[in-house]
Amino acid sequence: MGVITVFIQKAIGQGVCILFGANGEILTEKSGNLNLGVPGMMYMGGIAGLAAAFMYERAVAVPNAFVGFFLALLAALAAGALGGLIYSVLTITLRANQNVSGLALTTFGMGLGNFFGGSLAKLSGGVGQISTAATASAFRIRLPLLSDIPILGDVLFSYGILTYLAVAVSIVMSWYLNRTRQGLCLRAVGESPATADAAGINVQMYKYLATVIGGAIAGLGGLYFVMEYSGGTWTNNGFGDRGWLAVALVIFARWRPLNAIWGSLLFGALYILYLYIPGLGRATQEIFKMLPYVVTIIVLILTSLRKKKEDQPPESLGLHYFREER
Amino acid sequence: MKDANAIELRNISKRFGKVIANDRINLSVRDGEILAILGENGSGKTTLMNMISGIYYPDEGQIFVHGEEVTIRSPKDAFPLGIGMIHQHFKLVDVLTAAENIVLGLSGPTKLDITAVATRISKLAHKYGFDIDPFKKIYEMSVSEKQTVEIVKMLYRGANILILDEPTAVLTPQETDALFAVLRNMRDAGNAIIIITHKLNEVLALSDRVAVLHKGRYIGTVETKEATVESLTEMMVGKKVTLDIERPDPVNPELRLKVKDITCVNKEGVITLNHASFTANGGEILGIAGVAGSGQKELLESIAGLTPKESGEIEYYPPDTEMMDITKLSAVEISRLGIKLSFVPEDRLGMGLVGAMDMVDNMMIRSYKKGGFFWADRRAPKTLAEHIIGTLEIVTPGVSTPVGKLSGGNVQKVLVGREIASAPTVLMVAYPVRGLDINSAYTIYTLLNVQKMRGVAVLCVGEDLDVLLALCDRILVLCDGKVTGIVDARTTTKEEVGLLMTHTGKGGAH
Amino acid sequence: MAKNIHGMHEPLVHISKREDCGFLRACGVRLAAIALALVVCGGVIIALTGLNPVEVYAGVIDGAVGSSRRLWVTIRDTLSLLLVAVALTPAFKMRFWNVGGEGQVLIGATATAAVMINFADKLPTPVLFLAMIGAAVLSGMVWGVIPALFKAGWNTNETLFTLMMNYVATQFVAFCVVYWENPAGSNSVGIINASGKAGWLPSLFELTYGWNLVIIVALTAFMYVYLRYSKQGYEIAYVGQSVNTARYAGINVKTVIIRTMAISGALCGLTGFVLVSGSGHTISTTLAGGRGFTAIIVAWLSKLNTFTMMLVSFMLVFMEKGAIQIASQFSLNENASEIITGIILFFVLGCEFFINYKVEFRHRHREG
Repeated sequence: MGVITVFIQKAIGQGVCILFGANGEILTEKSGNLNLGVPGMMYMGGIAGLAAAFMYERAVAVPNAFVGFFLALLAALAAGALGGLIYSVLTITLRANQNVSGLALTTFGMGLGNFFGGSLAKLSGGVGQISTAATASAFRIRLPLLSDIPILGDVLFSYGILTYLAVAVSIVMSWYLNRTRQGLCLRAVGESPATADAAGINVQMYKYLATVIGGAIAGLGGLYFVMEYSGGTWTNNGFGDRGWLAVALVIFARWRPLNAIWGSLLFGALYILYLYIPGLGRATQEIFKMLPYVVTIIVLILTSLRKKKEDQPPESLGLHYFREER
Repeated sequence: MKDANAIELRNISKRFGKVIANDRINLSVRDGEILAILGENGSGKTTLMNMISGIYYPDEGQIFVHGEEVTIRSPKDAFPLGIGMIHQHFKLVDVLTAAENIVLGLSGPTKLDITAVATRISKLAHKYGFDIDPFKKIYEMSVSEKQTVEIVKMLYRGANILILDEPTAVLTPQETDALFAVLRNMRDAGNAIIIITHKLNEVLALSDRVAVLHKGRYIGTVETKEATVESLTEMMVGKKVTLDIERPDPVNPELRLKVKDITCVNKEGVITLNHASFTANGGEILGIAGVAGSGQKELLESIAGLTPKESGEIEYYPPDTEMMDITKLSAVEISRLGIKLSFVPEDRLGMGLVGAMDMVDNMMIRSYKKGGFFWADRRAPKTLAEHIIGTLEIVTPGVSTPVGKLSGGNVQKVLVGREIASAPTVLMVAYPVRGLDINSAYTIYTLLNVQKMRGVAVLCVGEDLDVLLALCDRILVLCDGKVTGIVDARTTTKEEVGLLMTHTGKGGAH
Repeated sequence: MAKNIHGMHEPLVHISKREDCGFLRACGVRLAAIALALVVCGGVIIALTGLNPVEVYAGVIDGAVGSSRRLWVTIRDTLSLLLVAVALTPAFKMRFWNVGGEGQVLIGATATAAVMINFADKLPTPVLFLAMIGAAVLSGMVWGVIPALFKAGWNTNETLFTLMMNYVATQFVAFCVVYWENPAGSNSVGIINASGKAGWLPSLFELTYGWNLVIIVALTAFMYVYLRYSKQGYEIAYVGQSVNTARYAGINVKTVIIRTMAISGALCGLTGFVLVSGSGHTISTTLAGGRGFTAIIVAWLSKLNTFTMMLVSFMLVFMEKGAIQIASQFSLNENASEIITGIILFFVLGCEFFINYKVEFRHRHREG
């Protein structure tokens, strides 16, 4: 494999995780909720998936990779959704501040992830590191036949199922937001909840559903990281700042899931670019890792300068909505 | 079905606290008819229509739609009855297209076939003569285009009873003509149309019948072809009520403010003030009359340096010194020059005062820049607040209660009290007694008179003609941003002012 | 055929804004929320670890304040968290969401470290300290003013902008760490000026963290006074309440936004100085340790009252230190503290609803 092929593979490997997070957050933000708990929900999804697989593999003598796969998938979805639900109850029903609630969720989720990641084995009476090799192998299965095609197979078809799922989620979300009635309603809720309410849309329900499902999608980002990227192991804080990169990607993609696909590839590429530029000192490498954020800031500034309506955040992002008392 | 009542209201009443917005109103509109609801501001027109469209729920009375009694508790109840209301503030999502807004919230197959929607919209447009591009985004539209979208939205949802709240307030004359043509087409197709307005010429040009409201009461309904401007004006402004407001003669009035040919254009590019010229004298109260949105707000704000002017000049004549040109000055610059210009805006808690702050902090905004660099002096404002509470008899638990928690009358006293406290030479007040009970209103009148006797030039925008006629020395009448007349309040009649407000009067100093 | 069906659409739960919630009542609601949170945490602890939660809580107390050294570590960390919260307060008072405290602290810390490393033996001690403080304040200010300029000029979303600035700062620190690496290959800076202790805040009143205490308590008091009694504080409150009213009253809103963020950023930068010179004596990407984010929660929960912030900061650090203790005591993992903190935060955030709103359950009326 050539350097470029490997570079693309690695960039995609970095990007998928961010793409899941960004997709979840796009859905959430489209309902007007700015959930800064994305990193937390990604941690929650990751640890839940890992824990489910771990318990399953310990419970049976010969674990079936696919049972583990589905258990892990379900657990990650459920944990991410739980994060979204906590946020929803706080901000939608109890009208707590969105920024603060999101940050509290991040604290909680990261704590949950690191706590269980570090002590899961011990809690269940074992020793040493968690390893869920069998389940992880299911996440790493390459597409048969297609991945054997030279070059193209390596570039396009050499990834586990979650990679394709991430892209599929983007495409489905894009279709949902732009082509369906409910998608239209959701966009209206995030732009102008009062208008949506007047049109007979159940604003609260849309906000809840978008945020909970968004959380579930973000949870898959964590699952991808522990299973496919790390091969079924946990490193405390190994997840790094990928959760915030996901928030950055939402801005970079200007709230469009299809943009997020190539945006995630770009972010992934920028994230590892330093490894592929010869002659960089270690210090300069760190400066290169700044790139995704700098690019995002530039995009943020440019969109606010251009004031093009379609590129702005949803109009009521971060604001509460409840019908006027009368 | 022609001549059948589409909607009939029987003895509808609505109170907001102590204020009676609608008092036992009876009204009906037939299918295939345009009914105009005429009345001054605050006469209860919009409240009444909001009860039909489900925004408010009546305290008493019955609503019949096509002969059946109905309960309308929310707009969701109104839709299936075929009732659609187009509010003054459009309920549209800016980044969506016309078609998306029109179809928003409607049930149907999951996949939204926007081309089919657009086709249906085009058919509707063709049927009634609308000009609409289904794929245009709302934020790219002019006000009249947005209004069209709102109307089509209602029709698309199957509305056959349409209520329009002052639809022409934001339109140019050409757009108004186009709207009227469409409304006539819709009437001819058998729809019932209610249009809320206070513009007499439009009533005469468009409607079949006119229902008149005055101060929350139903005055009567007349056939438009039997009505004249004079008869409608009389119904609309009501009989002259003699108010017991004191009006001292002006003490040596002297020129204080000269406004020459001021023109203002708002953000949408609509002319809000059209070559307005007048003078204001110290020691006199100049009333400003006109239907809402005739340029009153812009007039005061352009003098106060809060609204940019397209053209024209504003000259200020201080009591002792030379004339100063304040045309180009901002509010900050005006106060920096030591010009004591006070302004009591219409939006008391959104602009004049900060509701969450207490009286001391609200007083302080006029004085905090004085003195040293760091410390804000709260003693003087506190003394002032206590003084105002005493002299204006403000009912409040204390100076540290947030002003937002006070009653409307007390909020206004706080605001007026503060503005008067700076010993102004020009005092501008917008709707000073709106929402106030009668006693508070009289306190405010007295305050304005005291200022007048001090030699202050008082400009008072009002909506109650009886009050303006009893309180002011001269009355300036605005219509569509133009000064249509300046009359002597002691000799003029309510009818004369009413006619100037609707721009059909003759004469008057221009 | 009347379709009159009164009562059908009456919502069962009626929520209205509470006019005035008494101080005692508000405290009661908050305490109840914390108590409930501890019960839930207890449940979580039993479910997960099978440990007796009472023992665990005893361990928490022991860990946080059980010995003089532990108490001082708790106080030290409370102080640095408090300072960031105090720094964020003026911005929040203006309703400017400065979630960039983390980055502003880091950049201030880096500037401090830069001066320490490069000028330790070139400048006399007082000048060295002045240079360190100046560099920290100035760099934090720059980091805070950049998003403010765009907010004032083009209304660029400040939450997202300041959030991104955090990671630019983090990577910048990572760059500096490699640049100043000591010893080579360790990927850390090590203790700066370990031998001569140049640029280390000396102990005061025989307290290691005496200066930290003095600086931070003074700044907390100053911020209280600044916001309550100064002209600028008044302007900040005014702009925060209503930009529209501020314009009517002749306040230059843009100036206030930029000036306030300069102050907020400067104080965050100063926190960086305290962390480097007063306690850590090193620089790393994790130096701020999430304080920039936790401080947002502290400031918010304290309703921007700087003295309440002392209490809230202490509570959060207390939990964190206590949990580290139980982690070693029961051979768990110190991240348990974040779970418990998270749960408590959820409850405390949620309980504000019951302070601000009145919830009434309606009885259905039947028409006679």
